[in-house]
Amino acid sequence: MQDFALQVDGLSKHFGSVVAVDGVSFTIARGATVALLGGNGAGKTTTLSMLLGLLLPSSGTIRVLGEDMVRHRYRVLPRLNFSSPYVDLPHRLSARENLTVYGHLYGVPHLKARVGELERALELSEFLDRPVGKLSAGQKTRVALAKALLNRPELLLLDEPTASLDPDTADWMRGYLRDYQRASGATILLASHNMTEVERMCDDVLVLKGGRLVDQGAPSALVGEYGRATLEEVFLDIARDRRAETMP
Amino acid sequence: MSTSSAARRVFAMMLRHLYILRGSWPRVLEMAYWPAVNMVVWGFTSQFFQGHSDWVARAGGVLIGAVLLWDVMFRGNLGVALSFMEEMWSRNLGHLSVSPLRPHELVAAMLGMSLVRTMLGVLPAVALAIPLYHFSLFDLGLPLVAFWVNLMVSGWAIGLGVSALVLRFGLGAESLAWVMVFAVAPLSGIYYPIATLPGWLQPVAWALPPAHVFEGMRALMIDNLFRWDLFSGAVGLNLVYLVLAGALFLRTHHVARRRGLLLNVGE
Repeated sequence: MQDFALQVDGLSKHFGSVVAVDGVSFTIARGATVALLGGNGAGKTTTLSMLLGLLLPSSGTIRVLGEDMVRHRYRVLPRLNFSSPYVDLPHRLSARENLTVYGHLYGVPHLKARVGELERALELSEFLDRPVGKLSAGQKTRVALAKALLNRPELLLLDEPTASLDPDTADWMRGYLRDYQRASGATILLASHNMTEVERMCDDVLVLKGGRLVDQGAPSALVGEYGRATLEEVFLDIARDRRAETMP
Repeated sequence: MSTSSAARRVFAMMLRHLYILRGSWPRVLEMAYWPAVNMVVWGFTSQFFQGHSDWVARAGGVLIGAVLLWDVMFRGNLGVALSFMEEMWSRNLGHLSVSPLRPHELVAAMLGMSLVRTMLGVLPAVALAIPLYHFSLFDLGLPLVAFWVNLMVSGWAIGLGVSALVLRFGLGAESLAWVMVFAVAPLSGIYYPIATLPGWLQPVAWALPPAHVFEGMRALMIDNLFRWDLFSGAVGLNLVYLVLAGALFLRTHHVARRRGLLLNVGE
């Protein structure tokens, strides 16, 4: 039997009469890197929030690392982590202080040594003792990634991990995540608008539109299926309902 | 879940706020500043009244004691509410909510920080009253602990209620942290006996724990009598209000998860 990091079945979220996510079902195998794609308002952030337990589903089930996320989220939270440019770390605390606080929250053993490891791996030394509020966007993203990796998560959820980064830092970040995934066997689910990033990093893609899962598959398979040259063109086809015209 | 893990997470949250205090001496100074200024003003007022009022003259320091103890309640409330709003101001609630930190552990950390903030805020004013007015709150002895704890718990209950409202309605409701506690002040009998209030208002006042505490303080300072009935009334009411406020906060946290408020924390 295949071991899944994530099993989502019939997941829906309604805000009054607004349907944000509508009956989404998918599975993600352990060790895979998967992208959640979709235009603005497609339901990516809502889906990620439900997977993290930040938001309660209206219906459906979510199993994360084998545990029911609605009923037993505190069993699984120490084994996952997340990063988003839309959720800050306290600005008045230095990067080191933030990592220390979150290290204690996650029960990270040998915390000082772990912070030292991340300091070296993510090249944080130059600004580790500076308040997070005074860091550049790229530095903040690196600190947020260090926080997300503190507990060596088995499942890493990333919301637009390279948003606001320059191409060089973004490329470095993708390389680091790929290396981390290979070394740890972790599962990564990322929401992104960057199609090149998705093609380079991901084994699979889940495409959301209007709160529904409208397609899924390996990036190269989707490109072939839609008869396009790039995943970006596939994304545009889906966003503009052009699939019928383009399919042979 | 082990108790030591829970204690470690509560410690982590308190550490987060202690880092802020360590890195900002103006904040620490500001915490002690207002209680000290308040005490100085009421100290002079008290000195004036002592020469013009038999009632005040009989109980030297009753007004200074009242103002210092009122600050315990005020700071107790602010200590809880500001610790929570700090998470909203820094947009950190999302990270905390996907960490292993349970909501009740967050509450415990907020109460712990309130204790620290209250001590930092009120103790300098208490110390300053000794050389300035020859009034030592510590002369109250053990009853001081009873008054202090009861008023701080009353402040906690209000602070938790305010935090719940801010979580539910956003930072637009943050001024409630200062407003709510003052709504209770006229009914608390801080500077006057509850009997001064209109008859129809007195039952409302007696339903509030601080009314029992301040009456108890006056009984001790004027009649040298520790009123156990007032003490037990305050303890009982505080337990009820603290449980209700804690339940409101936890319920609101659950509602916030249903409505997606943990990520949308702005005004």
